[in-house]
Amino acid sequence: MQTPATFHYERAGSVEEAISLLERHGPETRLLAGGHSLLPMMKIRLASPGTLVDINGLAELDYIRLEGDEIAIGALTRHTGVLDSAVLAEHYRIFAEAERVIADPLVRNRGTVGGSLCQADPAEDLSAVFSALRADLVVASASGRRSVPVREFHLGPYETVVGENEILIEARVPVRPGAGSAYEKVERRAGDWAVAATGAFVQLRDGLAVDVGIGLSAVGADHHSCAEAEEQLRGRELTPDAIAAAAATCRDRCHPTADQRGPVDYKRHLVEVLVTRALTRALERARGEEA
Amino acid sequence: MTATEVPVPTSPAGNPIGFGRMLRKEDARFLRGQGHYIDDVQLPGMLHAAILRSSYAHARITGIDTSAAEAHPKVKAVITGATLEGLNLAWMPTLSGDVQSVLATDKVRFQGQEVAFVIAEDEYSARDALELIEVDYEPLPAVVDARKALEPDAPVIRDDLEGRTDNRIYDWEAGDKAACDEVFAGAEVVVAEDMLYPRVHPAPMETCGSVAHMDKVTGKLTVWTTTQAPHAHRTLYAIVAGLPEHKIQIISPDIGGGFGNKVGIYPGYVCAVVGSIVTGAPVKWIEDRSENLMSTSFARDYHMHGEIASTREGKILGLRVDVLADHGAFNGVAQPTKYPAGFFHIFTGSYDYPAAHCHVRAVYTNKAPGGVAYACSFRITEAVYLVERMVNCLADELGMDPAELRMKNLLRPEQFPYTTPTGWEYDSGNYPAALEEAMRIAGYEELRREQAERRADPAGKPLMGIGISFFTEGVGAGPRKHMDILGLGMADGCELRVHPTGKAQLRLSVQTQGQGHETTFAQIVSHELGIPPEDIEVIHGDTDNTPFGLGTYGSRSTPVSGAAAAVAAQRVREKARIIAATALECSPDDLEWELGRWQVKGDPEQGKTIPEIAFASHGNLELPEGVEGHLDASVVYNPPNLTYPFGAYICVVDVDPETGEVKVRRFIAVDDCGPRINPMIVEGQIHGGLADGIGMALMEAIAFDPEGNNLGGSFMDYLLPTSLECPSYELGMTVTPSPHHPIGAKGVGESATVGSPPAVVNAVLDALEIRQADMPFTPAVVWRAMQGRPLRTDLAIE
Repeated sequence: MQTPATFHYERAGSVEEAISLLERHGPETRLLAGGHSLLPMMKIRLASPGTLVDINGLAELDYIRLEGDEIAIGALTRHTGVLDSAVLAEHYRIFAEAERVIADPLVRNRGTVGGSLCQADPAEDLSAVFSALRADLVVASASGRRSVPVREFHLGPYETVVGENEILIEARVPVRPGAGSAYEKVERRAGDWAVAATGAFVQLRDGLAVDVGIGLSAVGADHHSCAEAEEQLRGRELTPDAIAAAAATCRDRCHPTADQRGPVDYKRHLVEVLVTRALTRALERARGEEA
Repeated sequence: MTATEVPVPTSPAGNPIGFGRMLRKEDARFLRGQGHYIDDVQLPGMLHAAILRSSYAHARITGIDTSAAEAHPKVKAVITGATLEGLNLAWMPTLSGDVQSVLATDKVRFQGQEVAFVIAEDEYSARDALELIEVDYEPLPAVVDARKALEPDAPVIRDDLEGRTDNRIYDWEAGDKAACDEVFAGAEVVVAEDMLYPRVHPAPMETCGSVAHMDKVTGKLTVWTTTQAPHAHRTLYAIVAGLPEHKIQIISPDIGGGFGNKVGIYPGYVCAVVGSIVTGAPVKWIEDRSENLMSTSFARDYHMHGEIASTREGKILGLRVDVLADHGAFNGVAQPTKYPAGFFHIFTGSYDYPAAHCHVRAVYTNKAPGGVAYACSFRITEAVYLVERMVNCLADELGMDPAELRMKNLLRPEQFPYTTPTGWEYDSGNYPAALEEAMRIAGYEELRREQAERRADPAGKPLMGIGISFFTEGVGAGPRKHMDILGLGMADGCELRVHPTGKAQLRLSVQTQGQGHETTFAQIVSHELGIPPEDIEVIHGDTDNTPFGLGTYGSRSTPVSGAAAAVAAQRVREKARIIAATALECSPDDLEWELGRWQVKGDPEQGKTIPEIAFASHGNLELPEGVEGHLDASVVYNPPNLTYPFGAYICVVDVDPETGEVKVRRFIAVDDCGPRINPMIVEGQIHGGLADGIGMALMEAIAFDPEGNNLGGSFMDYLLPTSLECPSYELGMTVTPSPHHPIGAKGVGESATVGSPPAVVNAVLDALEIRQADMPFTPAVVWRAMQGRPLRTDLAIE
């Protein structure tokens, strides 16, 4: 039997109430969203929060919608909602491709976008997706709302800028007309965390890449990305050689660690292979070459 | 011979009378969620227990302070090694003649070892109290790499054993070394290879657990426990705890998978018994997943060096093997006493050659004990892996197709019964027919053509590999004169009672863990008596209500208890003949058997059905002198030999050369287990075993870091395959009955687990066009193998 330590339970009826509950119960309080990381950690007592504030009732945070030139994704949107979203499918294929290889249907039915980002597991997939797309994340507190670029959101493994009395409520992704995107992941088995994963988008104008985004997961990349590689490609024609050079940059600039999923040399090699594949497929989609 | 299923009459419920496909009788409760497992056992006043485990692989215990835990308001007792020492229970005998610590007294010897046992009013409080126990450890250097266990400066793990100065457990040999060496010295071709069968874990869906209840008034101990061998456990509790055996009842309710994990007695079981004695209340202990993976019986961990000799034309002449066996901190292997390396010396496999020799050296390391588990048929898994890998290495050396090399060397049908160079007597087989059938289903020639085309086109990716394995299993332990466990012979009892209305109860000593005994054994009786399987209730898993026998493992249920059930039913049938003859006022010799009915030869209208005979046997019919009433039989079946199922497996894989990812495209399995009692159950067992094999070949392994920390202690780290890694299996069969089994059946439960790993490994290596790399073939391992820089898969990678 796996049994968590004793904890206090509260259920929030609104974002405001959730924030006041966080304030009232202090720093040993954790938000409970999908619970697919937190609850197992509690059961094996890697986490023993004093209070859980359950935000699963906050339907107001479960949405994906187009707002002007941005797509807004509520923090309580379940993975399965991202996987099935017509809006995201129209603009960014990367979402469905990433979601299809996140855990399994049971986890996807319950796990949330906000929970994934705030858990900040270094091998988490959506962090790489949002980082590739340079999303903004909206954080709420009693004093109002602030917007944080995703590449400034993570402070390190399992650590974000979200304060003790704050809640991540939304991700905002800029719409980039004509952009193609793709996600690539190698895992030891379906549902496993990534050995390495990469996401990419390419936006073309007159055959040149006016914008490029590269996201990386599980390989210790700064901000889940590689700004140098993006810079190498921006404004250029994405020839196979140019893509290969950018992929090599990603390979050299990441900081993977050895574990049961593989040694460092293999993970660097994978970064090169997967960045090449993701960029190539994103490019084909931007060109309308791939259905 | 390719066999098809023989149609039989059907019962009113639509089931076959006798052998054939029918839905499992036990599924009605399992599919409704109405199974009854250990954790479903609830008794009035029941307490809950949790185990404090060592965080170190090797450390001296200098102090344990349990006062804070004992002060917890809901804690009833805290038991430590010191408590048990006072009861002379701190150590218990293992199934291999060693002793194992129940709760550590002097040292801890592996990470996860049991240190203290807390009993509380609920499982939450028991777990809370673990955090209140303070243990002072003095860390010691750990022996993690088995290859360094015998180095002069290696720390001595078992300093508890009198006079012990190193970590050697045993050296054991089989075969004629001198004759074998002579063959090798004169051979034209000798190929040598090192290979590791890594430490893996059976990982049953239900973890281990126990509810112990000592009734102080009656003095009776009842233990509901996860055991594959209830009767053996009863006797062991009597021996270990000094309790009177007639006052011990072991109940093994529904068991959620065993695979050898639930054969032995674990410290938690003993502590639950002690806890019930100490507290006077029933005590439940259920381990969690990490405890199961880190402390209970692992499997394999065999470092093997093989050498194979042949002529230039590919006639195999001999095989010799040197094994280093990692047994962990205690020699807790479950196997017949005479065979310290299990049945590993069956390693000569399915081939005809005269010379063979093996040497097995076993060592202690700072890892969990165990070694025979995960459907391994007492180490035939390791043996088949060794020979099937060596044959492939030889094919590579000779530049010969591995199917052709196998066909050239397989034993021929006319050689059976065949005595191997290491002394096994294979009962029956037609090996070439099985391999031909597998190659036919696979379209072997076409596959090789496709592979050649891919290799000729350098842009053609992924890489394609084809792997073959041919296995001979030896299951159904076993003949009393050769096989016992702790002195208990491996014969099985069985009791069949036919009630007055012709419905029957069959009492078995074996215990199902998902194999479908309640259906298969009913079908065996149905086959012999001609009454519907739905009219036969199988009773098992309760020592007070079943005859003695050694349990279910090593695929022994059908070969041993299945034979017992068939013989019991045959005896009932013969008794029924006498009673029918009495009722019909004729001689038993005048009767002939027609499914379910004794009838007069030449006058079939005159006859009695089994229900009619059953009623008469309980009624007022005057029976002949010496014939007792009722229609019952009791049997103890001592198998004359093992049964030897076999099979030919072909695996096709695609490998992404850039990422190292392996995709199993096809898996063809032709199994011969003799007549199939319920083909659906047989196929289900094969499906499960193939998934096991794919898992072991591609992802399963428990590795350790240099400090001896277990790196496979959760399902995040110890991967099991899912449906997405398994192809839609293509099954075939041949049918070669066992000549000595009453219905010709051979065991099949472990065949696919034994036979499939080398097929997958051979396929991956074929795709990479390399000779050797070690399981599991994770993407990283494949990529490094392609580069000629293989990874150690048993230790933490760099």
